[in-house]
Amino acid sequence: MDQQLLNAVFIGSIYALFAVGYTLVFGVLDILNLAHSAVFMFGAALTYSLVVNHGQPFWFASIVGIAACAVMGLVIEHVCLRPLRRRRAPPIAALISTIGLALIIVAAVEQGQAGTLFGWLWVDGGNAVAFPAGTVPNPTWHVGDLTLEASKVVIIPISIVLMLVLGYVIRFTQVGRGLRAVAENPRAARLMGLDVDRMISLTLVISSALGGLAGILFGVALGNISPYIGRDNVEVRGLAVIVLGGMGSVPGAVVGGYLLGLIEVLTLVTLSAIGSSSGSSARGGVAFAALFLMLVLRPQGLFGAQLRERI
Amino acid sequence: MDFFIQLFTDPVTFWNSHTLLIAQIGINSIIATSMFIVLYSGQLSLAAPGFMAIGAYTSVLMDLYWRTPLALNIAAGVALAGAVGVLVGLPVLRLRGVFLAIATIGFIEALRLGVILNLPITGEGLGLKNISADPLNGIYLVLVCLAVVLFLVWRLTKGRLGAAWAAIRQDELAALSQGIDVARYKMIAFVLSAVLAGFGGALEAHLQTFVDPGDQQYGVTRAVQILSFAVLGGSGHFVGPVVGALVVTTLPWIFVQAQAYINIVTGLFLIAVIVFRPQGIVGRGGLAIIRPAWWPRRDRVRAPTPG
Repeated sequence: MDQQLLNAVFIGSIYALFAVGYTLVFGVLDILNLAHSAVFMFGAALTYSLVVNHGQPFWFASIVGIAACAVMGLVIEHVCLRPLRRRRAPPIAALISTIGLALIIVAAVEQGQAGTLFGWLWVDGGNAVAFPAGTVPNPTWHVGDLTLEASKVVIIPISIVLMLVLGYVIRFTQVGRGLRAVAENPRAARLMGLDVDRMISLTLVISSALGGLAGILFGVALGNISPYIGRDNVEVRGLAVIVLGGMGSVPGAVVGGYLLGLIEVLTLVTLSAIGSSSGSSARGGVAFAALFLMLVLRPQGLFGAQLRERI
Repeated sequence: MDFFIQLFTDPVTFWNSHTLLIAQIGINSIIATSMFIVLYSGQLSLAAPGFMAIGAYTSVLMDLYWRTPLALNIAAGVALAGAVGVLVGLPVLRLRGVFLAIATIGFIEALRLGVILNLPITGEGLGLKNISADPLNGIYLVLVCLAVVLFLVWRLTKGRLGAAWAAIRQDELAALSQGIDVARYKMIAFVLSAVLAGFGGALEAHLQTFVDPGDQQYGVTRAVQILSFAVLGGSGHFVGPVVGALVVTTLPWIFVQAQAYINIVTGLFLIAVIVFRPQGIVGRGGLAIIRPAWWPRRDRVRAPTPG
């Protein structure tokens, strides 16, 4: 049971890291960036490919992976969001254009075979792979009856520190004030002399870099990298997280992430206690039922008191 | 290009060799019409795959256990989808925009992962074998049903109901102040769309020898595909989603050379349409030209000439 709770914290950290990027974009732009899960997958896939197929050291590969995801954020902004914003299109339009980009990214990785168009990016097609043992030093400690793997334990400080930094930046710096101003009212922000387009680009860069990092951590800790990890593991769960915490609220996304991790692990434990074998799919079922109930009963989320105040 | 050449020079062979494709287009058109009804009344609901699953599983299970006739099976599937539509619609329809979309995604995934994949009667993750499937002759049934559905939707959008939906879509508050019972008309649209999706799902199950509970079939991926029918085709007129279904379903056959990269083609197509032709393929007006910020403007006011 303790081991399971620990797992809840690991997986919750990844959910939180992923969802912070999701919710940041929603908070600033009122837009659901559905390409975020594809960026998550892209970060993991590119890092894996650099390590295994191109023989780069892991630290270098992950920096390149995160940087590439940040650039992908710029692509999202310039291809999918900015043209629509120019035309003042409704938010549903951005939903479609980011879905389009997500399709492209996933298909590009999925078609990656040695010697084909995307062979430089990925060679394993639709298969799931894992980092070879020893890529990342992974000492394992035993405390009481708990097993602590370094690759999982590091996730907790990394995500907590990053989220604290992000919280600090948003609360107390000039850039953060700019972001909050754009979130509050883009028109007024522009009249006050803010470069709104630049602020939005910055939001997308931060969000996508965090998404890519979450993907890399996921790939290292769970040993599962495939073109579908974004779609299967975090796309809808990310929605559940930001709904649980309150759409657009960064602290809400963090709490929501850990809460979802906890809900899933408790479902798993309860089901295995009553001897059911259907844990893994029922886990998702309970998570999405929670999402549904939350929206119906308390659409503003747990942190709903500050419904008006964003980010 | 062979696709079009065959279509125009040898329609009989085309029909015979593409029966399954044509039937799939018909089914996708029915489901796209279900999407159209909710969008036409101003609601972004992605619940269609959930209702399709209800229609499909109900009709196949009735056939498996009770050997009842097809018409009765489909009717039962449709009725159950409609009933669930009422139950889901009651709490969900208070939500707007993206929130409604997320809640309906929660519904379809909770249904698929929580219920369908865990009940012994639905075959859990293995799916169901549909022993009385009729993929070959089912196409006539599908095309007849499509024609009936399109006719009904056309009549509905022309009548009072359609006018009320259009009013709600354009401005909910204004519609309310005109005395339109917004909650009731939204509910009608949601349940009608559930019924159509259940119908499409039951028909689709009739064409397939196997009911597959995968994400491509009844999950978010399918919901996104159905949404893309409506957005690509244009959701202002009932023909739009049908055209969208036709285009998206045929794309892999048109770009045979790029079959492996078909999702890239679809993605580019989605982005291009939403950026350059937001009203969809069927829709009034021309292309929207997006000028980059650095592009010189021709209508810039000239500096007054001294004199």
